[in-house]
Amino acid sequence: MQINSEKPIETIQYKSEVKNLSFYYGGFNALKNIDMVLHDKRITALIGPSGCGKSTFLRCFNRMHDLYPGNRYEGEIILHPDDVNILASNVDPIEVRMRISMVFQKPNPFPKSIYENVAYGLRVRGIKQRAILDEKVEAALRNSALWDEVKDRLHHLAFNLSGGQQQRLCIARALATDPEILLFDEPTSALDPIATASIEELITDLKNKVTILIVTHNMQQAARVSDYTAYMYLGELIEFNVTDTIFIKPKNKQTEDYITGRFG
Amino acid sequence: MAEESRTKITHAGKLGYSFRRHMHERFIETFLFLSALLSIAIMLAIIVMLVKESLVFFQHVSIWQFVTDTQWTPLFDDAHYGIMPLVSGTIVSSLIALLVALPLGTIIAIYLSEFAPFTVREMAKPFLELLGGVPTVVYGYFALLFVTPLLQIIFPELPGFNLLSAGLVMGIMIIPYVSSMTEDAMRAVPMNLREGSYAMGATRFQTAIRVVMPAAFSGIAAAYILGISRAVGETMVVAIAAGMQPNLTWNPMEPAATITAYIVQVSLGDLPHGSIGYQTIFAAGLTLLLITLLFNIIGHVLRKRYREIY
Repeated sequence: MQINSEKPIETIQYKSEVKNLSFYYGGFNALKNIDMVLHDKRITALIGPSGCGKSTFLRCFNRMHDLYPGNRYEGEIILHPDDVNILASNVDPIEVRMRISMVFQKPNPFPKSIYENVAYGLRVRGIKQRAILDEKVEAALRNSALWDEVKDRLHHLAFNLSGGQQQRLCIARALATDPEILLFDEPTSALDPIATASIEELITDLKNKVTILIVTHNMQQAARVSDYTAYMYLGELIEFNVTDTIFIKPKNKQTEDYITGRFG
Repeated sequence: MAEESRTKITHAGKLGYSFRRHMHERFIETFLFLSALLSIAIMLAIIVMLVKESLVFFQHVSIWQFVTDTQWTPLFDDAHYGIMPLVSGTIVSSLIALLVALPLGTIIAIYLSEFAPFTVREMAKPFLELLGGVPTVVYGYFALLFVTPLLQIIFPELPGFNLLSAGLVMGIMIIPYVSSMTEDAMRAVPMNLREGSYAMGATRFQTAIRVVMPAAFSGIAAAYILGISRAVGETMVVAIAAGMQPNLTWNPMEPAATITAYIVQVSLGDLPHGSIGYQTIFAAGLTLLLITLLFNIIGHVLRKRYREIY
């Protein structure tokens, strides 16, 4: 088809395209006409002051808002290469979540063993074969740099791990199902600086494997780990660009004020 | 800059010690301590009374005979003092009740906590609590005059008094206790655990069974233990619907007496105080207390071992 061959080359490298997305908590318009893209196997950071809608935006990607009554999406989030609008009402949020994993602000391991925490996503998909589970659990724990620390106590309760280890366990849990996009909602805000450094290192290591979208309060963190940065304010996307450009030469005065700390 | 406030709080002249505040605090502390002490004191008084009166009984009847004799006929000329017939009646009726109450109570709790929309939950809870507020004597006659005839349609040879009907109705009676405590325990599980499960692609049911229930385990265990204690200690329903004949049987289709039903029977009778027949109720009561205590200890151990960590 002619049209396909004329598709600009960047489009193919987009993992996802957000088109005119608005979101409502009941009557409150939390996101306003957002247009953005996620580059494939790159890290995109969402920054902005508290209450600007960055977490709300993140949670649109795995349809978390569907869990609570009265929430409404408008617009589209297209997931490539399927070219499907994941917000469409005929798309099952559970299928979306099976392909787009999430790591939360506060480590939230389940009251299960380390092994069963990582295997959880596989188990809810009905995978029972021990060999597959063993292999995926080990691979996920290795990818989250936790394997060496826990390989001798896989069947201990996950609560006995430190906060940083718990968060890496949650990352392993999210990775075990081979997600296409990994969402991070301020993954280090409950951790000490050393644990934060290890999580940041981990996120950077993961970028060749998976597309990452990370919400962060910490601008240095966004500058350190991300390839692209979006600045949001009051539910609007103010500026979106390559991270270096946003931090060195922001085009928008508001972005500049926020980044330089004149406004927050 | 904030505007300067017009009124100034004056501080006490010097830092020191307020005798009045100190006494006030001590008074409240003492009052709270005494209130707590009162309930413990009453509990101790009950135990002391039961043990003391039981000792009188066990001077006449050996503990061996009490535990091993298969007949309980303290009011007959040929008196036998074997507690087992009462224990078996208690266990059978309680088991039937728990087979009804624990599964149904848990299912209701899962529905209300994880599935029901807000409005349904707010409507259903008062109805459940109403179920728990019905006097037990009403349940007793409900079992005897409604459930037993109904069961007799299915089992024509079922006697008018039987453990099955008493147990079933007792189960219905206990459902609200189990469901409401289980639901509270499940609702106390923080949302971020549920979200973690949903984010992995789990359904509501998978989340409820695999994440919320294990996280709420200690609270659910407490609910079950309360349900068991209620079943073991329930009196009216079994006294009315199960018959009051001590009967060493494990068959729910037979009439039998429970420990509680026997105590009621004797307390309401005209046995002279101090007679051996009268003393039996204390020995029976002590047995009941020990059974309940056993379950409370089990519950305590379970709670300690699987304490709630989120």
